[in-house]
Order: sequence, then structure tokens, then C-alpha cells
Amino acid sequence: MTTTIRERERRTGWMLIIPAMLVLAFVYAYPIARSFWLSLFTENLGTQLQPVFSGLNNYGRMIQDGRFWQTIANTMVFTISTLVLELILGMGIALVLNQAFKGRGAVRTIAIIPWALPTALIATTWAWIFNDQFGVVNDILLRLGIIDTGINWLGNPAPAMLSVIIADVWKTTSFVAILLLAGLQSISNDLYEAHSIDGASPWQSFRQITLPLLMPQILIASLFRFAQAFGIFDLIQVMTGGGPGGATETVSIYIYATVMRYLDFGYGAALVVVTFVLLVAVVALAAFFLSKLRTATTGDA
Amino acid sequence: MAKLELSHLNKTYSPKIIPVKDVSLDVDDGEFLTLLGPSGCGKSTILRLIAGLEQPTRGEIRIDGKNVTQHSPGDRNIAMVFQSYALYPHMTVYDNMASGLKLKRVSSEEIRRRIEQVSLFLGLGNLMQRKPGQLSGGQRQRVALGRALVRQPDVFLLDEPLSNLDALLREQVRAELKQIFESQNTPVVYVTHDQTEAMTLSTKVAVLSNGDLQQLDPPRRIYTHPANRFVAGFVGSPQMNLLDLKCEGKFAILGNYKIPLPGRMTPPPEITLGVRPEHVRLAEPSDTHTLQGKVILKENLGMSDLLSVKVKGAENQTLRALLPSDRPWSAEEVTLALPPDLIHWFDVETGDRLTSENLQPVY
Amino acid sequence: MSTAQLPAEPRTQTDKSSISWRRILWITAIVLTVIFSLAPILWQVLTSFKTNADIEAVPTVYLPTRFTLQHYIEIFARRPFANYMFNSGFVAVTSTLLCLLLGTPAAYALARLRLPGERIILAIVLVVTLFPYILLFLGLLEIVRATGLANNYLALIIPYTAMNIPLTILVMRSFFQQLPRDLEDSAKVDGYSTWKMLLHILLPMTIPALVTTGILTFIASWNEFLFALTFITRESMKTIPVAVAQLSGTTVFEIPYGAQAAATVVGTLPLVVLVLLFQRRIVQGLTSGAVKG
Ligand SMILES: Nc1ncnc2c1ncn2[C@@H]1O[C@H](COP(=O)(O)OP(=O)(O)O)[C@@H](O)[C@H]1O
Ligand SMILES: [Mg+2]
Repeated sequence: MTTTIRERERRTGWMLIIPAMLVLAFVYAYPIARSFWLSLFTENLGTQLQPVFSGLNNYGRMIQDGRFWQTIANTMVFTISTLVLELILGMGIALVLNQAFKGRGAVRTIAIIPWALPTALIATTWAWIFNDQFGVVNDILLRLGIIDTGINWLGNPAPAMLSVIIADVWKTTSFVAILLLAGLQSISNDLYEAHSIDGASPWQSFRQITLPLLMPQILIASLFRFAQAFGIFDLIQVMTGGGPGGATETVSIYIYATVMRYLDFGYGAALVVVTFVLLVAVVALAAFFLSKLRTATTGDA
Repeated sequence: MAKLELSHLNKTYSPKIIPVKDVSLDVDDGEFLTLLGPSGCGKSTILRLIAGLEQPTRGEIRIDGKNVTQHSPGDRNIAMVFQSYALYPHMTVYDNMASGLKLKRVSSEEIRRRIEQVSLFLGLGNLMQRKPGQLSGGQRQRVALGRALVRQPDVFLLDEPLSNLDALLREQVRAELKQIFESQNTPVVYVTHDQTEAMTLSTKVAVLSNGDLQQLDPPRRIYTHPANRFVAGFVGSPQMNLLDLKCEGKFAILGNYKIPLPGRMTPPPEITLGVRPEHVRLAEPSDTHTLQGKVILKENLGMSDLLSVKVKGAENQTLRALLPSDRPWSAEEVTLALPPDLIHWFDVETGDRLTSENLQPVY
Repeated sequence: MSTAQLPAEPRTQTDKSSISWRRILWITAIVLTVIFSLAPILWQVLTSFKTNADIEAVPTVYLPTRFTLQHYIEIFARRPFANYMFNSGFVAVTSTLLCLLLGTPAAYALARLRLPGERIILAIVLVVTLFPYILLFLGLLEIVRATGLANNYLALIIPYTAMNIPLTILVMRSFFQQLPRDLEDSAKVDGYSTWKMLLHILLPMTIPALVTTGILTFIASWNEFLFALTFITRESMKTIPVAVAQLSGTTVFEIPYGAQAAATVVGTLPLVVLVLLFQRRIVQGLTSGAVKG
């Protein structure tokens, strides 16, 4: 036998890994690489959908594209507001789910239901809730005397943005809560007991024990949620289609419209590239802080 | 011809972690070799190297004269019993025992025959259709043994197979193991940190420390002629007295007393004296060399008492003596004798055993 | 009660009342959590059983004055909802199985076989889980067009398999790392090859973890919208999310709210059942996929 055991083991290892990696390369690496390439061409109705090399033209056009900058702004507003709200609410729910009470299992089950449901269906649900004529939100606000006439939630810019943010927060808070709950469960109760013997109030315990020890989970949840919110598509597409007047149009919606409605493939590809680069930059930054935090809390490199 | 030969085995995980350093060993048919040493000294690693579960950094493993260093574990025809037993949890006892044989394409009648024979021998007959989860610790241990036995391998490897059993069961199974492997006529390599197991089971013991082979001898000789200070201290309970003493002329100085060195050598300036507590005895009138000391501690071990004695004139040296409980001695002071032929001498620096032959000073 | 205990009494009372105050707060929080999680869904359930008159009443009628199944009948009789359900189910199950088939061996290799570059592979896998699908859709669209896979289940099965592989690798890898090594060693000594060992020894022990991962991938596949919207245009091939979303878009003036609600209830029911049955596993899988990875 000429090969060593280790070589045979490695060969088996690669054979186990390669099919999965091929699928990933085909579905992830190729399309993204292809977008980089395509972004150097103009390929739209003007060129009869034939690719014509145009260098960095698409990127030049993007700089002057007011709609593009608007979508970036919308995306940031959406991403940051949902992120903040989800972290606060998710923390609250995680604290509730971490309490010992009868029926906790049932409440945990209920709390993860929103995460499991299809976003597109949730979008129709919330569109119905925010319906201008028959929506239950308007009815409640009217009954409480907060408003005099129904608001056209999805038909006005600011209310529309508020609506999609509320719908997204509802849908994904449970994901944040699950991750934070796992972190809470790993904090030993002794710490709280020792701290309360020292005379700390629950709020002080939360600030001085829970929050610092939960930092890794908070950052990981933020990272996941940032990426998902940044690429939000289905919820907005179904609820508002990006409207009214582009008020809720995020980058994904714009890319989709550019490709599918305007058939502007080259420009769509350039938008994909920019989104990709932005996202990778943020992820790299977050990963850097995460590893710094790990070394800071555990003390090893 | 040795059935199992290890030559110059070395396993280096990293420059600092070298659990096996140049170990060479032979195990013949019917020999029972125990690898004995403290936890972390590399015993399991040697066993895993023999099994092929790890690859040596250097060195060779031969079975029946054939170099198997690069053979996969399954191609070496070995059987291994793990500390955790490693029974396949989803298979019945029967299938656990049969699995290795099926892979070797042994006919199903032959499998049935072998399993029946072994299970009769081990008293497993009525457990055949159970899953490991439905067995007691002792039963699992037996199934693990049975799985190894039905394989009829060229070498048996056992890694601390008794350490998960409670003390009572351990003694019983230890006795059984001895019977079982005496009937096998196949090389056995057995890993333990328990010297009682090593002493009772083995035909040969390899004492290891930090990846180095310290001594390879029959158990009796490990006890009577420890090759160095480490082996002397590790084997035997209570631990051997090891005292670093100054030398004057042909004597080692212990407090007010002079202990004669053997042979006709010029002594080194310092020397380590070793004597087992069970060999220290109360002095009798006929003894020429005796020591007096103060009893500072008496531990009752049942049959005997373990005394810690401060020797007169040597305030920082304690000698421990194991004396029969029924023999009277003064509660305060005792006079002890060290039988000269049961005293071991070791080099202070290297820890090597010194005999009248190698005690010759080179300087 | 003796007089000696009198001074103690007011204290115990304040203690009691402060404790019960806290309890009331917690109970309120629990109730709010439940309402928050269920209210929108329950509203949709209520709507789905209302008559159109109730649905479009102003001010809003909260509890239906008359229960009706007309919307359910409509979506199954007048629209091919059974078909949509089948499409979603078929695509989700197939891609889940494929994903486990491809991802589990890779997870094992990354857990145990010490391959050179495995840290890089893991980092890539981790980063890939963060990519939104919009980044892939243009490139995939080209492939789908070039290969004529539009309106073919494969156009969904392949991307769904791929998008769930990273999670599968992370969850299964952390599972394999927790398995006792001795078992694998024992199998090797017995003569099992890596493949046979995976199949005969590890697979039976892996089933719980496979179920966990499978549930997560099933949910993700069932819920996917963008690829289903783009690659499938034939009505009979559509999956639930697209079908329901497009229910609303068909007629601008008369949105079928009731049918939409019924469709939402039907389309979410399989997932709600999964959550009810496997809450613990889902939580486990999510946390081991995200946190430990
Ligand atoms: N895979 C490994 N990587 C690095 N070090 C290891 C590995 N396996 C064992 N070691 C180290 O090798 C040494 C010997 O281990 P082992 O052979 O298990 O000892 P023993 O069985 O005698 O208790 C220990 O210090 C252990 O930490
Ligand atoms: Mg060991």
C-alpha cells in the first residue's frame, strides 16, 4: 500500500465535502461572480438585451441615480429601526421566556410561531391589519379617539414605512428572542443571587450582569438580523411593492424591479455588486468586533 | 518471533506535546503486556497507534512480522476494548458482537457458533437480544469483551477496561480477565494506571512516564528491581521511602546513623536510598544496623499500621514503616531495621538504579 | 398569634405585596408576549371565518356574526390551492432531503477529519448564511433561462437545497462534535470504512439531529418567496407564498380578503403544527446553528 492512512482519510474527507461545496459554488459563488462580470456591460432594452461592454458606466450611473440613493436611505431606515426594536422587544421576550412559570413550554412555543411563518403570508396579514378602509388598526385608533378619520397606512410614505417596520418586527423578534434566551440560560443563577445579596436591584443586575454576559449573543443576533433586514424583499414586495412613490423601496426591491420590470440586466448586476460589497464590509466589521469582544470576555486569543 | 513489535515509535502532536517518545516493545503470543503509568503519560496514545487510530510521527508497528504502520485499523485484525465500552447503541448485543465479523465476511453459521461459544463463556446467553441501554455497567463491559473475543484477532488491545466499574465488580472482573486471556494464546496489550491490575494480570509490565519507557519487566521484577526512582515511587503502595542522603566513606548518612553501601565502590557525594515501608521492620537483638526514631503519625490500615517516623538526628527526613498491628512497640519511640538486601540505591541526579556493579564511580 | 410577632407583621405584609406586585408585572409580561405573538394570526383566523359582510363592515365587526366556510371552499374549489400546497410540500421535502444528504457528510468531515483549510471552509459557510437571496437571483435567473428550467421544480429545489446547506453543516457539525469518539474508533477497528461507518453506525444515532435540521430547512424552503416568484410563472406550479401574495394583487378593486385570510391560515397550518410538535428542537437547532457555529 503506497498511500498513508492520513492521506486516505483526507481523500475521504474531500469526497464527503465536495458535493456540498459544489452546490454552494453553483448557487452562491457563480451568480455573484457573474454579477461582477455583468456589471461591466450594458444589457437592457436600449441594447436589445445584448451585452455591450461599457466599463464602469453602470457605476457612474449609479452615483447620479437619485432613486438608488433613496433606496439606500430607505434600507438603512428600515434596517436600523427594525434592528433596534427587535433587540429591545426580543430581550424583553427572552427575559419572560427565561422565567420559571407554569406553562412556560407552551408560551415558548407560541413565541416562536411568528418566526416560523412564511413572510409573504405575514405580509398579506399585516396589509389587511393596516387596511385603510376595513383595517383593525384604524378601527382601534378611532375607537380610542386617537384619530378622527382612518389613516391610509400603506398609501402614505411615513405610515407605509412604519407599517412594514412593525410587520417585520413582529415577524422576526422571536428569532432574536430565541438567540438571547439561549444566552440567558447559560448565565448561572448564582451570579444573580450573589449580586442581589450584595444589595443590587433587578435593574442593576440586568445592567451589570445580564447585558455584558449577553453581549456575544446580542452581537450575533444583530449581525444575522442586519443582513436579513438589509436584503428584505418579500415583506415589502407583498405589502407595498416599494410604494407609495418609492417610499418603502429598499435595495432588494429596486434590484428586482430593475431586472424584472425594466429588464436592465447590466445595471441590476451593478446594484447587486454594490449591495454585496456593502454587506461584506459590514459583516467583516462585525466579525472583527465580535472576535475582539470574545478575547475581551474570555481572555484568550 | 514476536507477534507484535513496536520499534522506535514516536508521536508528536506539537513540539510541546510528545506523548510517545521512541518506544520499542515486543509482545509474544500468550504474553499479557500492561502499559502502566500516571494519567497523561501516553498509554492510550500507544494503544491507538497500535490500533491505527493515530499515525506515528516516526517508527514502525509490525504484527506477525508484517509492517502494518500504514494499514487502516480495520485491516490489522486487532480487537480493542474501550474504557467507555463503545457499544453501538442502536444494535442488539448479538449484532454488536457480529458486526466486525460480518464486515470480514465470516459466514453466518460461523458467526453464530463463535458468539454462542463466547457468550456461554461470559454468561451473556440471555442478553443477546437486548440493546446496550438495557444493560448494567458490568454487563456492558462483558459485551465489549465478548465483541473483542469473537473476533479472534491477532492482538487484543484494552484501554482501562475496568475503570468504569465499581470497586467490588472490578476485582471480580479482573480475576475473570486473567482466566480469559490465559486461555487465548494471543498477545494482549492492556492499559491501566492501576498498579494492582498491572501486577495481577500481566506477564510483562511497561512503566511509562511522560512518553518515555521507564522499565519493561515481569511484574515481580518491577517490584523487586525498579529500574529508577520513578518506577520505584510509582509501583507499590504505600509508596516506597525515597530519601536523598549524603555519603561518607562507604556509608550513607541518615541522621545519627550510617547505612553501609553495597559492593566495593567509592561512593558518590550524595545518593538516594529507597526502601519499601513493608520492608522496614522492628529491630531485633540480632540486627547490627538499627535506627531509632520518633513516631509522628500512625495510620491504621486494618491488618497493619503505617508509621511515619522521624529518624534521630535527621529532622527533615521521614521514614514510613508498615508494621503488623499485633506487634507491640512503644507509642513514642521505635527502633527499626532496614534489611540491607531490600534497600534500593538510586543516582541522585539521573534517578537510575545503582547496583554494586554500576556504583563504580567514574570520577 | 402572640403579641411578640406583631412588629414582624407589617414587614411580611410589605414583602408580600412587593412580591405580588412583581408577580403581576411578570404575568402581565407573559400575557403581552402571548398576545403579541398570536394576535395578528388570530385576527386572520377570525377573518377567514367571517362572511364578506362582516369583513367589510365599518366599524369593524370583531367576532363573526355568522361562521362561514365559504372562503375555504373558495380557495380549494375555485382556485387550485390543493395544487399549491402540493407544490410547496414537494419542493420543501425534496430539497430538505437533498440538503441533508449533501450537508451531513460535509458536516462530518468538518467535525472529524481534520482537513487542511477547514477553518476557511467554515468561515465561508458562516458568511454565506448572511447573504440575502437578491444577490443570487440575477445570476440564477440567467442559468434558469439558459437551461430552460423555468417552471420546473428543479429551479426551486436546487437553490433551496443550496441555501439550507450552510445551516445544515453548522447544526450537524456541532452535533457530531458532541458524539463520543470511542464509538467511531471502535467502528474503525471493527473494519468499517468511513462511508459504512457513517451509514451504519452514525446515521442511526444522528436521526434526532437530522430531524431538527430537517424541520429548519423545511420551514425555510416552504417560506421562500423570491425564487418562487421569479422562476415559476405557470399557475399550476406555484408555491403557497407566491400564490397567496398574488391572490391580493389580481383584482385591484375587489381584494378577496376572506379568501386571502383562509389561504394564509391553510398555508401556515403545516408550519404551526411543526412548531407545536418540535418547539424544543427548533430552538436547539437555531441556537446551535447561529451561536456555536
Ligand atoms: N489529539 C491530540 N492532540 C493533542 N494532544 C493530545 C491528543 N491526544 C492526546 N494528547 C495528549 O497526549 C498526552 C497523552 O495522552 P494519553 O495517551 O491519552 O494519556 P494516558 O492514556 O496515559 O492518560 C496527553 O498530554 C494528552 O493531552
Ligand atoms: Mg488514557
